[in-house]
Amino acid sequence: MRLHPDFLRGRAMSLKYDNDSGFHAKLIADVLSQYPGKAAKRRSKHLSVATSEKDAGEDPNTISECEVKSNIKSVPGVMTIRGCAYAGSKGVVWGPIKDMVHISHGPVGCGQYSWSQRRNYYVGLTGIDTFVTMQFTSDFQEKDIVFGGDKKLEKVIDEIAELFPLSNGISLQSECPIGLIGDDIEAVARKKAKEHTTTVVPVRCEGFRGVSQSLGHHIANDAIRDWVFDKKDLKFEPGPYDVNVIGDYNIGGDAWASRILLEEIGLRVVGNWSGDATLAEVERAPRATLNLIHCYRSMNYISRHMEEKYAIPWMEYNFFGPFQIEASLRNIAKHFGPEIEDRTETVIAKYRPFVSAVVDKYWPRLSGKRVMLYIGGLRPRHVITAYEDLGMEIVGTGYEFGHGDDYQRTGHYVKEGTLIYDDVTSYELEKFIEGIRPDLVGSGVKEKYPVQKMGIPFRQMHSWDYSGPYHGYDGFAIFARDMDMAINNPVWGLYDAPWQNDRALAAVAG
Amino acid sequence: MAALRQIAFYGKGGIGKSTTSQNTLAALVDHGQKILIVGCDPKADSTRLILNSKAQDTVLDLAATRGSVEDLELEDVLKVGYKGIKCVESGGPEPGVGCAGRGVITSINFLEENGAYNDVDYVSYDVLGDVVCGGFAMPIRENKAQEIYIVMSGEMMALYAANNIARGILKYAAGGSVRLGGLICNERQTDREIDLAEALAAKLNSKLIHFVPRDNIVQHAELRKMTVIQYAPDSQQAAEYRTLAQRIHDNSGKGTIPTPITMEELEDMLLDFGIMKTDEQMLAELQARDAK
Repeated sequence: MRLHPDFLRGRAMSLKYDNDSGFHAKLIADVLSQYPGKAAKRRSKHLSVATSEKDAGEDPNTISECEVKSNIKSVPGVMTIRGCAYAGSKGVVWGPIKDMVHISHGPVGCGQYSWSQRRNYYVGLTGIDTFVTMQFTSDFQEKDIVFGGDKKLEKVIDEIAELFPLSNGISLQSECPIGLIGDDIEAVARKKAKEHTTTVVPVRCEGFRGVSQSLGHHIANDAIRDWVFDKKDLKFEPGPYDVNVIGDYNIGGDAWASRILLEEIGLRVVGNWSGDATLAEVERAPRATLNLIHCYRSMNYISRHMEEKYAIPWMEYNFFGPFQIEASLRNIAKHFGPEIEDRTETVIAKYRPFVSAVVDKYWPRLSGKRVMLYIGGLRPRHVITAYEDLGMEIVGTGYEFGHGDDYQRTGHYVKEGTLIYDDVTSYELEKFIEGIRPDLVGSGVKEKYPVQKMGIPFRQMHSWDYSGPYHGYDGFAIFARDMDMAINNPVWGLYDAPWQNDRALAAVAG
Repeated sequence: MAALRQIAFYGKGGIGKSTTSQNTLAALVDHGQKILIVGCDPKADSTRLILNSKAQDTVLDLAATRGSVEDLELEDVLKVGYKGIKCVESGGPEPGVGCAGRGVITSINFLEENGAYNDVDYVSYDVLGDVVCGGFAMPIRENKAQEIYIVMSGEMMALYAANNIARGILKYAAGGSVRLGGLICNERQTDREIDLAEALAAKLNSKLIHFVPRDNIVQHAELRKMTVIQYAPDSQQAAEYRTLAQRIHDNSGKGTIPTPITMEELEDMLLDFGIMKTDEQMLAELQARDAK
């Protein structure tokens, strides 16, 4: 077994490096100086530089302190990168449940522009028994606003029952006008569920609610609690090694790359929420012995509920990069005892050569490269170690819709001096990138092209840029290849005009 | 032809807006004015006395039946009543569903786009109850009605509503031409009613246009789906409405920007007029009663 020495060294991290606190503090001061007084005061609370954690006794995993204000309304007038509650419910939590039809209830735009979902891969015949990439909308017209849309909604549900007999349920994803005109979608849901003997879930995720998509996750979680759990007489035989994977949306196949490992160590994954999920997986979740949470931000609510009501413990884990995979597998195994722990060690040992091959191949090409991240509610911390496993350094990170507990957990990952930005504005992000000029930026599609135009390599860290999976050992190999492909792409050598690079040409051009 | 004059009647629900406005407009016809009434109330009862019948086809009901307002023609919804007065009812959803406010916006836009305002001298909007949302403020907004007439009485809730409507007008007066035309007091035989109405008008930087006395003949006419002007043209009450019509007609361009008062000021005013009692007064009265 051959592993890169740096990979095996650190205790909680695989890499030692420091960030330039003073420079990052100056970058923050510079962007704030451009705002009017009140806006500067408000934004200043969302920007900081991670400091060293002196008080590590309380939480042994903490290596730095990155407290910022979060989950607060964006400042009017700035360009925020956030989404809305409907995006959080339909786009994140409910949309990937594949055997249900999710109605974007309201005017056509919200559903139309989120058509196709978030690269939540699934197995099934689309349009026959699975519906994730299809767009269903009640397409509100003026008369539906004026006279209310409940009757139309009933008709839509009737049509779905007739046209898609293999659908196993329907969710009603409320767009803004539903909340404004006060339609009683709960009454429609009850009536139609009875009539068609199916599950109909009303979700009050109107876009104007809350400050970001985060409230949509919470509302969607509550809808599962109130409209799915304990509603049917389940025929399901639970086993001692049953686990639910909560908060893996199977982007580019992430959940599949994770499930392999959990099954190899001897567990039975009885539900994966909500990538490639069926309604049945959600319904039987309360029968499992343990909830494994990947995306804490979007699914902690339902996990806490299952803990309280069904006494199912939950555990966060991280399947990005070998260091975290090993730590997580061991942690999960500990819950099940020596037999599973032994199998886990065998599995870890089995993958070590694979990991070494990946690290050996990419370390020389990637080590020392500096990365800035700006993602949603989990990955701004979760992917950090995967980069460090390849010798890369994280210089800045931030969440679109993280809460205080996310920033507290971020302290388990980031080094002192790391630039922290919450709900960053596009102006701030651009100035930070300009100032730091990292070797790679990982963020979303809205950030991708401006960053590339600045001459800086970019990877989409919401969708994996049409690639993936990035979870698990299989995913790590793809992740390493993709980062190399972005950073070491020869196109960056052609970035400047040739006559600026070539003296002879410059002379001819005068 | 003089420029189109647009007025609107607002006031607390049940105060008699529709009755007052229809009687007034029926009287205005005799001045040779061509009039269009736009009923902005889902109950669709703003033109009943002019048309001598209820339940004509409303803009929104027809639009819902046919698909959308684009499928409507003006003739479908424009009805002609007493002495050529044109009438349109916006209509709207049954109570408790949908958004009637959006309905008002839809109908008014439809009427404008389809030329309902061509070839009339007066457009009068009759708007339901209080200004509950943006939709019902539509006639105040976007330079539609130039003068708003608030129908009120000496009752406390009617005064509250009048002050509230004045706040709505003030909000839009700054950016547009809308003004408060004045108050119309429908007698309810409360204490010192006319004084109170005049005092409130003064506080609001406006005037009492007319004090319409209570007369049962209005009820008789209503039961016959008629205005008093049509039912009993020689009655005293018909003369009152003619006076009111004349004053509104002469009031063109004399509207003011209202100065709504705070709740405390309004309550102080009621105390001054002895309509509301202070705690001390109430205690004194109770003690006096116990003493007997």
